[in-house]
Amino acid sequence: MVEFAMHNAWLVPLLPALSFLIIIFLTKPWKKLSALVCVAGMVLSCVIATLAAYGVFTNHEFTEKPLVYSVRWFSMAGLNIDVGVQLDPTSAMMMFMVTLVASLIFIYATGYMEGDPGYSVFFSYLSLFGASMLLLVVSSNLLQMFVAWELVGLCSYLLIGFYSHKISAREAAKKAFITCRVADFGLLLGLLSLQIVFGTLNLTELAEKISHFEQYTTMGILTLIALLVFAGPIGKSGQFPLHVWLPDAMEGPTPVSALIHAATMVVAGVYLVGRTLFLFHEVPTAMELVAVTGGFTALFAASIAITQREIKRILAYSTVSQIGYMMLALGLGSLTASMFHLWTHAFFKALMFLCAGSVLHALHHKADVWEMGGLIKKMPITGWTFVVGGLAIAGVPPFAGFWSKDEILLAAFDTGHYVLFGMAALTAFMTAFYMWRLIFLALFGDEKPENHPHESPLNMTLPLIALAVLSAVGGLVGTPWAPFWQEWIFFGHPHHADPNYLIMIGSVVLALAGIYLAYNLYCADKTRAKAHALAERYRFFWTVSYNKYYIDEIYLWFNHTFIDGAARLFYLFDIYVVDGVFVNGIAAITRLSGEGLRVTQTGRLQNYALVFFLGVLAVAVVLAFTDPSTAAGLTGGVK
Amino acid sequence: MLTLSVSLHHYLILAAVLFGIGLFGVLTKRNAVAVLICIELMLNAININLLAFNKYITPNDFIGQIFSIFVITVAAAEVGVGLAIVIAIYRNKLSVNLDEFDWLKW
Repeated sequence: MVEFAMHNAWLVPLLPALSFLIIIFLTKPWKKLSALVCVAGMVLSCVIATLAAYGVFTNHEFTEKPLVYSVRWFSMAGLNIDVGVQLDPTSAMMMFMVTLVASLIFIYATGYMEGDPGYSVFFSYLSLFGASMLLLVVSSNLLQMFVAWELVGLCSYLLIGFYSHKISAREAAKKAFITCRVADFGLLLGLLSLQIVFGTLNLTELAEKISHFEQYTTMGILTLIALLVFAGPIGKSGQFPLHVWLPDAMEGPTPVSALIHAATMVVAGVYLVGRTLFLFHEVPTAMELVAVTGGFTALFAASIAITQREIKRILAYSTVSQIGYMMLALGLGSLTASMFHLWTHAFFKALMFLCAGSVLHALHHKADVWEMGGLIKKMPITGWTFVVGGLAIAGVPPFAGFWSKDEILLAAFDTGHYVLFGMAALTAFMTAFYMWRLIFLALFGDEKPENHPHESPLNMTLPLIALAVLSAVGGLVGTPWAPFWQEWIFFGHPHHADPNYLIMIGSVVLALAGIYLAYNLYCADKTRAKAHALAERYRFFWTVSYNKYYIDEIYLWFNHTFIDGAARLFYLFDIYVVDGVFVNGIAAITRLSGEGLRVTQTGRLQNYALVFFLGVLAVAVVLAFTDPSTAAGLTGGVK
Repeated sequence: MLTLSVSLHHYLILAAVLFGIGLFGVLTKRNAVAVLICIELMLNAININLLAFNKYITPNDFIGQIFSIFVITVAAAEVGVGLAIVIAIYRNKLSVNLDEFDWLKW
């Protein structure tokens, strides 16, 4: 079984893709059947992925040499593109995580989307989304990865804009797609440059060639390539300054948000950088840039999340912030820490989004956390699983987030990036604060009489419980005392750091301090007068943070001024030069010459005959009175 | 005694005169039928040319004869079509005067 799964890992992306086709072409009229096909495809994928991952993780040789199965996709002179499956611990882990989380989310979606007119279509999109992400994960070739990357972008567009009757959903879908397109342009240029310089896009070959890149190119070019490639992840993973699409992406149905924010889409960028870390590793400048981008984004997004009011928006900024953590870890060269955080984050973020979905489901899409309260009494499963997620993301041991966050902090500290370490620690504090602010506001405190919450059905609560368990114990695979994770997923050689108790205790203290502060402001104080007073006192900071640093407005202004201004110029150019001079000008010349020439058409046969005769006469005269060679030249003959 | 020998030049002159008469007729005659007759004259001038060239330049081949047979055939067809058109026009306008026909005008 394990052997079969490992040698046929291509089935993992294929099964959800098949579900997509089956739903679209066959079972669309039957809603329940469509959902079943979708869930079954993903669960089967999950089984195969689990077996394959088991195979990889019981065989140490795969840490050295990945298992690659590939076939030639197309080839031209100097361009050979393979398509294949590359199994190594990183991809096996991702495969397992994506299929597992996606399966749970799909099951949840069967309950959440109940009664939606587009039920079947929704599940077909979900299948395609999962298939694209899995294709990306198993890719052995960067071009293949790029194709999957774009497919993921397409699916996110379809799913974010799923409620297409809402203008905001349509706008959000467009925003997500266009923002990612901007970034993908850089990525495409980077990939093309890699192909031109190194002559291959195969991951293993590329890693081999880049390790002695001096033979092919200079440091400057390689830096440029690395930065271009990094543009893609900046967009897809919602890093500053292209993070703007991610918070709006919650316009989609909540399972989609969970899918985008946890298992697919945003982690694709982190995964891509992790996959091409051999490239970044050679370029210290790019590494620094990745680390700084990640660290800054983490802090930046956390500072926005603190003042947001909509439940999913808070979670969205939290995602941006956590992805920033992962990028930071990658920039520090620690694939281990980055992938570890990706792994734990997938569980608790999926959990929290699904909980948020459950809450929204119960409150009929009332999203403002200030209007919630005391939900935990009416919705115990949702509430307590949310608390588990909150503990995990805040970094309270022994929940998952603690271990991975600790790993990142440790990486920053060990590599001597003290500023980034400080930013990460501050972010950890803020994360605990804003997440527990959300929890205290929404779940605890007084119940609001106008709300009539009820617990969600079983197919929604079961995935919550499963994810809560994973969020609780998911980090135990990589504790400093039992570093299984660190032995399997690494770049270069495994990194064995001694447990740093100072950092560990420090991060716990920060997390608890954040939670305590949130408790003080939002739970113990029923009137929340202190919170309001604080906001009033730091009015400026509160406004800036609440308005997300006006980034959207800046982009909008930029758009209106420069893009629209240029568009107006081009409009005039189009009207007066392209249309005026070229199109209408040529038409006018033709028309006027026609006007002039038509008087020669007398309609009289004999006039025509006369002209014809005169023409013949002229030719005869020319032939008779010029010397023979000119005549031959004129008639086209040979001398 | 005046030797009367017919050479190529005589044929060519005859043909040129015939052609000129035919052309003059084509350009000046008002009657469509007359124009058609004049076209026949021009074609026959060319036939004479072809035969004369054949006789004096390549007496062993039949190229000129063959071409002139072609020309005669085409001329017959052309006159057939031409007269049919003239009859059709006449039925419409009760006239074969070319000055009245300028329908091909813009």
